[in-house]
Amino acid sequence: MRIVIASGKGGTGKTTVATGLARSCEGDVQLLDCDVEEPDCHLFLKPNIEGSEAVGIPIPTVDGEKCTGHGECGKICQYNAIVSLGGAPVVFPELCHGCGGCALVCPEEAITEVPRQVGVVEYGHSGHIEFIQGRLRVGEAMSPPVMRAVKKYVREGATTIIDAPPGTSCPVVEAVKHTDFAVLVTEPTPFGLNDLTLAVEMLRKLRIPLGVVINRAGIGDDGVEAYCRSEGISILLRIPYDRRIAVAYSRGETLEVAIPEYREKLAGLATAIAAKVSS
Amino acid sequence: MNELVVVSGKGGTGKTTLVAAFAALAEKTVLADCDVDAADLHLLLEPRIRRREPFKSGHTAFIRQADCTQCGVCDTHCRVDAIRIDRDPDGNPTFSVDSISCEGCGVCVHFCPEGAIDFPESTCGEWFVSETRQGPMVHARLGIAEENSGKLVTLVRNEAKRIVHDRHFELLIADGPPGIGCPVIASITGASLVLLVTEPTLSGLHDLERGFELADQLGVPTAVCVNQHDINPSMTETIDRECEQRSIPVVGHIRHSRDVVHAMVAKQSVVEYTESPVAEEIRKVWHQVNAMLQAGAETRA
Repeated sequence: MRIVIASGKGGTGKTTVATGLARSCEGDVQLLDCDVEEPDCHLFLKPNIEGSEAVGIPIPTVDGEKCTGHGECGKICQYNAIVSLGGAPVVFPELCHGCGGCALVCPEEAITEVPRQVGVVEYGHSGHIEFIQGRLRVGEAMSPPVMRAVKKYVREGATTIIDAPPGTSCPVVEAVKHTDFAVLVTEPTPFGLNDLTLAVEMLRKLRIPLGVVINRAGIGDDGVEAYCRSEGISILLRIPYDRRIAVAYSRGETLEVAIPEYREKLAGLATAIAAKVSS
Repeated sequence: MNELVVVSGKGGTGKTTLVAAFAALAEKTVLADCDVDAADLHLLLEPRIRRREPFKSGHTAFIRQADCTQCGVCDTHCRVDAIRIDRDPDGNPTFSVDSISCEGCGVCVHFCPEGAIDFPESTCGEWFVSETRQGPMVHARLGIAEENSGKLVTLVRNEAKRIVHDRHFELLIADGPPGIGCPVIASITGASLVLLVTEPTLSGLHDLERGFELADQLGVPTAVCVNQHDINPSMTETIDRECEQRSIPVVGHIRHSRDVVHAMVAKQSVVEYTESPVAEEIRKVWHQVNAMLQAGAETRA
């Protein structure tokens, strides 16, 4: 079972729910931190990192001896990452998506692809939790390749919890794709509601079943509750605003350590999701 | 002209809350919402849309079933698994493009032996020029699950700059996206000042450090504001020390206050909503930031 923890708005408590849920689930549990721009789960789970692998995008290098200046490479490239002005083309590595079109199209076979590192995947354990995280190199624009590399670690049969980045655009889609259920973490404020509706729209487009967790319940208005009622979205858990949780979070403590009664609630959340997925 | 961009590595630290307050305090300012993925500034500023334009960028492949011979060349070349193969009960395949996964590289279009793949331009969202009670605002909405957010951010910034120029204003204030990836790079490149909003948490500190690295790589002047500083005073001290070591000015600490959410519910900025201490702290941050912008402009001149 693959559960993704997402939210339109940032800072609503995705990492709190993801790490708390992983800690409270028994058996074979994986946690994949797919917020590769700002991976923070490790701060809470303090895993023992056992290994890492570089993530690269294959970018073209041109053999100037073989190149006859046809310019086919520049024509096929949609990203202006390889530009031919007669003579050997110039490559702009940061713009390259690694589609391989230039190498395929070159009539002289003058282009070979070499990986350019854009990030890293690290793996290890935190107690019974198998931990995997991706980290985008600072200055790199494209996170999806790093996320795809993290998601290769998904094991059939395990309970896999995926922490997604905020938003609704391509990196988020990469995180939520091929999951069985999405938990949308939000807060009961106008910003929380606006971004929740965007996230719901995205998940419905991808046909992924979803439920909502309301964090800091009680701080704002009842817009989120009313929206969920009218859309028939189940509210899986409400976490009331509690300064103890905010303080524990600031120190890097997980929810069920800060307030032990949440262990049972989070385990209940996992059971409820499993029931929804199998039905 | 000065351009202030408010960002944070970590989401939910208070970017939009600060931008809305700055908009109320600054004069002759154009606003830009560069968080095109989950824009919220409009909720506080209630813009009246004056101009609305589609955002077209990139292409998406589309297989014409009538001409497809199911040879599978497209699937062989696609590196993002965007070719879907559905089989009927007899096992006969149908090839189609998953438009959400397709990154528009055009390799399948080029290599399809039947020329059966179309490649229309995609409409990835919309952008708007609006009037608000705090002045003109440029904002956008990236289509759900769309790409090219960086290009849309650049478009929003350029339109906002044009309005600053046309109206003889001097300041552009931009609300940035979270993270450090494509839309953030597009938001802060070339800005006069980047304000990194953080909170005194382990995650806040961790994400702030990545923000520093990025701002440093791009060579943009940076300042820091610690929001909800009283949640963890010793972490606030750690952040202050970290900034001092890097010679990055801390332009203020803002307390945790329920007035911030109450103002949001009332669709107002904090400084319009209340005179309480939290509003006073935000005003001080604005004065510091404004002083930095003025000093920067003098240095450039």
